[in-house]
Amino acid sequence: MAMAIRVCLLLLVFLSSAIVSFSLYEDQVGLMDWHQRYIGKVKHAVFHTQKTGRKRVIVSTEENVVASLDLRHGEIFWRHVLGTKDAIDGVDIALGKYVITLSSQGSMLRAWNLPDGQMVWETSLHSAQSSKSLLSVPINLKADKDYPILVFGGGYLHAVSAIDGEVLWKKDFTAEGFEVQRVLQPPESSVIYVLGFLHSSEAVVYQIDSKTGEVVAQKSMVFPGGFSGEISSVSSDKVVVLDSTRSILVTIGFLDGDISFHKTPISDLVEDSGNAEILSPLLSDMLAVKVSKRTMFVRVGGEGKLEVVDSLSDETAMSDSLPVADDQVAFASVHHEGSKIHLMVKLVDDLDTVLLRESIQMDQHRGRVHKVFINNYIKTDRSNGFRALIVMEDHSLLLLQQGAIVWSREEGLASVTDVTTAELPVEKDGVSVAKVEHTLVDWLKGHVLKLKGSLLLASPEDVAAIQEMRMQSSGRSKLTRDHNGFRKLFIALTRAGKLFALHTGDGRIVWSMLLNSPSKSEACERPSGISLYQWQVPHHHAMDENPSVLVVGRCGSDSSAPGVLSLVDVYTGKEISSSDIGHSVVQVMPLPFTDSTEQRLHLIADTEGHVHLYPKTSEALSIFQREFQNVYWYTVEGDDGIIRGHAMKSSCAGETADEYCFTTRELWTVVFPSESEKIISTLTRKPNEVVHTQAKVSTDQDVLYKYVSRNLLFVATVSPKGAGEIGSVTPEESALVVYLIDTITGRILHRLSHQGCQGPVHAVFSENWVVYHYFNLRAHKYEVTVVEIYDQSRAENKNVWKLVLGKHNLTAPISSYSRPEMFTKSQSYFFAQSVKTIAVTSTAKGITSKQLLIGTIGDQILALDKRFVDPRRTLNPSQAEKEEGIIPLTDSLPIIPQSYITHSLKVEGLRGIVTAPAKLESTTHVFAYGVDLFYTRLAPSKTYDSLTDDFSYALLLITIVALVAAIYITWVISEKRELSEKWR
Amino acid sequence: MPNLTLVLFLSTLLFSSSFAFQSDELLLDDEEFGLEGGSHHPRSPEPVIRDSPPKQTPSIRRRYSDPDLDSKIQFTLEHAFGDSDFSSAGTFSARLKTWSHGGQTLTKLRFSRNEFSNEEKDAFKNLLKGDDFYRIRLPSNVVSPPGREYVIASVRARCLPRDGLDEHIVIHMDGANILAVSYGSPGACPYPRQLKLPGKWTFNSHTILKSSEQAPRTPIFTEEILGSSENMEGEAEAPVERSFWAKYWMYLIPLGLIVMNAVTQASNMAEEQPAGAQGQAPAAIQRGSAPRRR
Repeated sequence: MAMAIRVCLLLLVFLSSAIVSFSLYEDQVGLMDWHQRYIGKVKHAVFHTQKTGRKRVIVSTEENVVASLDLRHGEIFWRHVLGTKDAIDGVDIALGKYVITLSSQGSMLRAWNLPDGQMVWETSLHSAQSSKSLLSVPINLKADKDYPILVFGGGYLHAVSAIDGEVLWKKDFTAEGFEVQRVLQPPESSVIYVLGFLHSSEAVVYQIDSKTGEVVAQKSMVFPGGFSGEISSVSSDKVVVLDSTRSILVTIGFLDGDISFHKTPISDLVEDSGNAEILSPLLSDMLAVKVSKRTMFVRVGGEGKLEVVDSLSDETAMSDSLPVADDQVAFASVHHEGSKIHLMVKLVDDLDTVLLRESIQMDQHRGRVHKVFINNYIKTDRSNGFRALIVMEDHSLLLLQQGAIVWSREEGLASVTDVTTAELPVEKDGVSVAKVEHTLVDWLKGHVLKLKGSLLLASPEDVAAIQEMRMQSSGRSKLTRDHNGFRKLFIALTRAGKLFALHTGDGRIVWSMLLNSPSKSEACERPSGISLYQWQVPHHHAMDENPSVLVVGRCGSDSSAPGVLSLVDVYTGKEISSSDIGHSVVQVMPLPFTDSTEQRLHLIADTEGHVHLYPKTSEALSIFQREFQNVYWYTVEGDDGIIRGHAMKSSCAGETADEYCFTTRELWTVVFPSESEKIISTLTRKPNEVVHTQAKVSTDQDVLYKYVSRNLLFVATVSPKGAGEIGSVTPEESALVVYLIDTITGRILHRLSHQGCQGPVHAVFSENWVVYHYFNLRAHKYEVTVVEIYDQSRAENKNVWKLVLGKHNLTAPISSYSRPEMFTKSQSYFFAQSVKTIAVTSTAKGITSKQLLIGTIGDQILALDKRFVDPRRTLNPSQAEKEEGIIPLTDSLPIIPQSYITHSLKVEGLRGIVTAPAKLESTTHVFAYGVDLFYTRLAPSKTYDSLTDDFSYALLLITIVALVAAIYITWVISEKRELSEKWR
Repeated sequence: MPNLTLVLFLSTLLFSSSFAFQSDELLLDDEEFGLEGGSHHPRSPEPVIRDSPPKQTPSIRRRYSDPDLDSKIQFTLEHAFGDSDFSSAGTFSARLKTWSHGGQTLTKLRFSRNEFSNEEKDAFKNLLKGDDFYRIRLPSNVVSPPGREYVIASVRARCLPRDGLDEHIVIHMDGANILAVSYGSPGACPYPRQLKLPGKWTFNSHTILKSSEQAPRTPIFTEEILGSSENMEGEAEAPVERSFWAKYWMYLIPLGLIVMNAVTQASNMAEEQPAGAQGQAPAAIQRGSAPRRR
C-alpha cells in the first residue's frame, strides 16, 4: 500500500517536472513579481484644480520625470520619463489643457495633453551655448490668435506658439553674452520686458514687441559692484538682486524703460550681517532673504525702499505666493517643532493674518521639509481652504489637507544607489503566525475552488478568488523566514541617505530609516550614503544576534570629506551605532574573515593611502594580523589610466594614528598609454558567488578546468577619441581593448583588442567568464563578446589512475605567484539591442545553469541563457556536442519575446539589476531598480526541485483516497467472491 | 644565405658566452610572424613574440628588414629589495621598428642582467627570510623613458630561487609603450612558500614581449545558414503549448488506474463465468472441490 503511494507520488513528481514552460502564463503575472512606479524628488509642481473633474497636480522631478498625480489619492495618472541627459528646467500649463515642459538646458520644448499625457507637439530650439534657461508662459499675452510661450535658453529668446509649437520669432543674444534673468509682462500691453545681465555687471532691459520679436527699446546701466546672479522679482516692474559681495540688496526698477538702482546694505536691515542669500519663493512685493541662518521677509516699498517685516528661524520652508480671493496674496510656510510640523498660510500684505494654522505629526525618518507648494480651494462653507504638497528631505512627497496627511509617496525609492539582501527572522515558537486557512470549511472551499479552476469550470469571479487565495496561501508577505528562502528583505540605500527594507513577497516597506550624523555638527548635518555592505550575517554561531548592514556615508560630496559609518539592525531597522570615522572613504573592502560574532572585517582606504580596519576590536585585529601578509588591494585611477596594486606594510605612525590604521606599499602598476587608451569600465566577480564545480566535462570525456579566481579584474579601455558618443569617430580611430588582470601580482592574463569598436561597455563577470557588450562601428551593430578562461595547469588530471593514486594537483593550493597556465576561448555575437546594464543569476550552490539578465534600452529585462554566449558554439556541432547542449553557431544572439522577465512592464530609468540566491537551488531573486522598482523570482533551469505553487495537493489527496478506497473495495469484492467460490 | 646563418649562429654563441648570465634572447623576425598572422592590422602590427630557448634563436634569425627605419634603443630594468630605493638591475636593448603607417614595434629584445653585488645578495637574503617582496620596474615608454610613470611589478622573493634565480618577465607592449610587466618565477610557487637559498647567484631570465591579440570573429554568415539556424532555434525555443496529457494527467492517471482495475476485474469475471458455464468440471477439479463431488 505504502509502496503504491510512493510510486504514485514519484510518478506525479516526475510528470510535473517533465513539463516545462519557457515563460509565464497570463494568470501567473503578479504571483511572484511586483512592480512599483515612482517619479523621484519633485522639483516643480503646478496644480490644476480650476475646473470640475479630476483634481490633479503636474510635477517635474530630479529624475527627469514629468507626471500628473491624482490629488485625492496620489496615484499617477500619467508620467513620462525623459532621458538622463534631458533634465527638466521648467514646467507649466498653457491654454489650460497643455502641460509645457522645457528641458535640456532650454533646448527642448514639449507640450503634453493634460488629461491623458499624450504628446501634442515637440519643438527643438536652437541653442548655441550652455546657459541658464527660463520658461515663461504669459497668462494673457495674445498675438494674432496665438498664445506665445517665451523660452530663453542657449543664448536665444524664442517665442513659441502654444497651439502647435511653432517658433513665432527668435532673438539672438549670443553675440553680446546676454543672460536673460526675467521676462516680465505688464498687464494689457503687447510689449514684454526682458531683463538680463551682461557679464553679470550690467543690467539690460529690452522691450520687445511680443507679436514680432522686434526690439522696441533697449536700456542698459552698469552696476559697478557686479551681481551675484540670484534674483527675485517682486512686482511687474521691480526686481531685487544681490551684488557680488552678497552684502547689498539692489532693487532694480525699470518702469517705462528707465533703469534705476536702489542699494540697500544688508547691515541696514539686520545687525548681524553676513553672506545673504535670496530664497527662491516668489512673493509679491516681498522677498525672502536668508542671512546667517535666519530667514527674513523684506517688503519692497514704492521707491525700492526695503524694510524687514518679519524674521523666522532657519528651518522654514516656504511656498510661492498664491492669489486668493479679494486681490489678496497668500503664501505657506512650514517649520518643525519636535516631531510635529506646523503649516501656516499667511497673507503677504499682512503677515499677522494667519489664514491657516495646522500641526501635523510627522515621522522623524522623513527629515526636514524641503519644498512646499500650496493650492487653495473653496470649502463647503464657501471659505478658503488650502492644501499643501510638501517634499521632505528623504524625497518623499506628501499632501497635507485639513491637518492630516492625505497621501504620501516614498519617492526616495526612485533614486536607489545600492542594494543588498538580508534574511528575515526565523519563525520562533513563541511567535504565533496566524494560519491562513482558518477552518476546515474554508480549507475545503478553497480546494473545491482550486479543483474547479483546474477543471476549467471556474467563473471569472472564481478565478479572481483563486488568485487571491493563492496570494494568501503562499504566505508570501509573512515576516519570517521560509523553508525555500523565497521571503527575504532587500535593503536599498537611496540618494537621500535613507535606508529602505523591502519585502520580496509584496514589495512593501518593512522599515525605513534616514541616516543620521552622529556628531550633529553643522558641517555634516546629514551624511550622504555611498554604499552598503553586509556587516553581520549570523548563521553558524551567534544565531541569537540580529543580522546587520554597514552603511558607509560621507559628509559632503567631496571624496576627501570625512566618512560616517552606520550599523543598522536588519530586523528592526534601528541604528545600532554610528560613528564619525575621522578619515575619508575612498574604497571599502570587505575581507573574507569574520570574527566570533560573525561580524565581517572591512578595510577602508582613505585619500592618504592608509587603510583602516573595522570593526575596531582587538579580536578583529588579531585575525587581521594573522593574515596581514596575504592582504592585497588595488586602486583604479580612471582619469590617469593607471591601476595600482598594494599590499599591507605596517601600522600607521604619527600621533593621530591608532593601531587599526595601516600603511600600504605599491606592488605593481599597469600604466595605460594616455594617447591610445582610456579606462571606461572595470569589473570584478561578486565576492559571494558560489561556484559548484571547477571541472567542465565535455561530451568526448574531456575535462576542462575553469580558472576560478577571486582576484581577477576586468578592464575595458577605448581610444580617447572613441570615448564619446557612438558614431562620433570613424572605425579606424577607435579601438576597444579588454584586459583580465590578476589583482595580486598585476599580471595581464588576457588582452584582446577589438578594432573599430567603441563603448560604452557593459560587462558581467561570473565564475570563469566575462560577457561584455559594446558597439562595433564597422558592422554598425552592437556586439556581445564572451571570454572564458580555463586552467591549463590542472589539465593533466584526466587520468583516472592518477586520481586514484592521488597523483594529482587538484587539492594543491593555488598561488597567484605561480606562473599562470591558462588559455582563453572567446567568441563574439551581434546583439540587436543597446543595453543599460547586465547582470547574471546567482543560485545557492551554483549548480543551476546561469542566465544573463540584460537591461535593455526599452527598460525591460531580457533573460538570455548563458549557453547562447558559449565560445564553444560551432557552426555544425557534432552529435556529441548537440547532446551536450551546444547550440549551432549563429551570427547574432536571439531575442525571444517570451524571455522578457518583466513581461509587459517597464522599469523606467533602469539603472541596475541585483540578483540573490534563494535557499532553493533552482531559484534566484531578481531586483531591478531605476525610477521604478521591479522584483521577480527566476528559475533559470525551471523549478526542478520543487512543485509549482498551483500544484493541487487536494487533488493528490483525493486521488490517493480514491485509490485506497478502490483497493479496499476491490479487496472486499474479491474476498466475497472467493468466499462464494469456496461455498460453491 | 646558409653562410650568413652560420656566421650569425657563431656570433650569437660568442655573444652569449661572453656574458656570465644565461640570457634569453628574443631574436624573432617579425616578418615571419607577419606572414603567419596573415594580415597586418593597423594598430597592432607587432606579433606575439614567444619565449624561445637560446639554442633555437640562430636558426630563426634572418636578415633585417627596412634597416633605415630601425633604431636601436635601450632601457633599464631597475629593482628594489622590499621598500628600498630602485637601482639598476639590467639593460634591455631592442630595435624599434617604425612602420610606414606610423606604428612602432619593438623587436629583437635582448636582456643583459647585472649580477647581484654582495650587498644586494644580503638584501635578497633578508627578503627571503622575511618572505618580502622583490620589486622591479620598467619605464612606461621606451622611446622617452620613464614615460608617464614607471611600470612596477613585484614577487615574493621566495618564489625566485631554484638552482639559480629563475625569473620570467612578460612585457606587455603597445607600440613604444609598456603597459605592464608580469614578473615571477617560470614555474609554480605554491603557498606556503619555503625558505630556500639559491644555489647559484646567477639569474636565469626568460623574457617575453606581448602585444594585444585581435578578437576572433566568425565570418559573416550567409543568408541560408542564418535562416536555417534561426528556424531551428525557433523550434527549440518555441513555448510548448500544454498538451492534452499535460493538462489532464492528474485525472487521467487515476482514471486509467481505475479503468485498468475495472478491466482486470471484468476480465477476471468474464473469464471465470464462461469457464464456470462451459467447463466447470475441470475448473472445479483444479480448485480442489472435486473430491467433494466424488
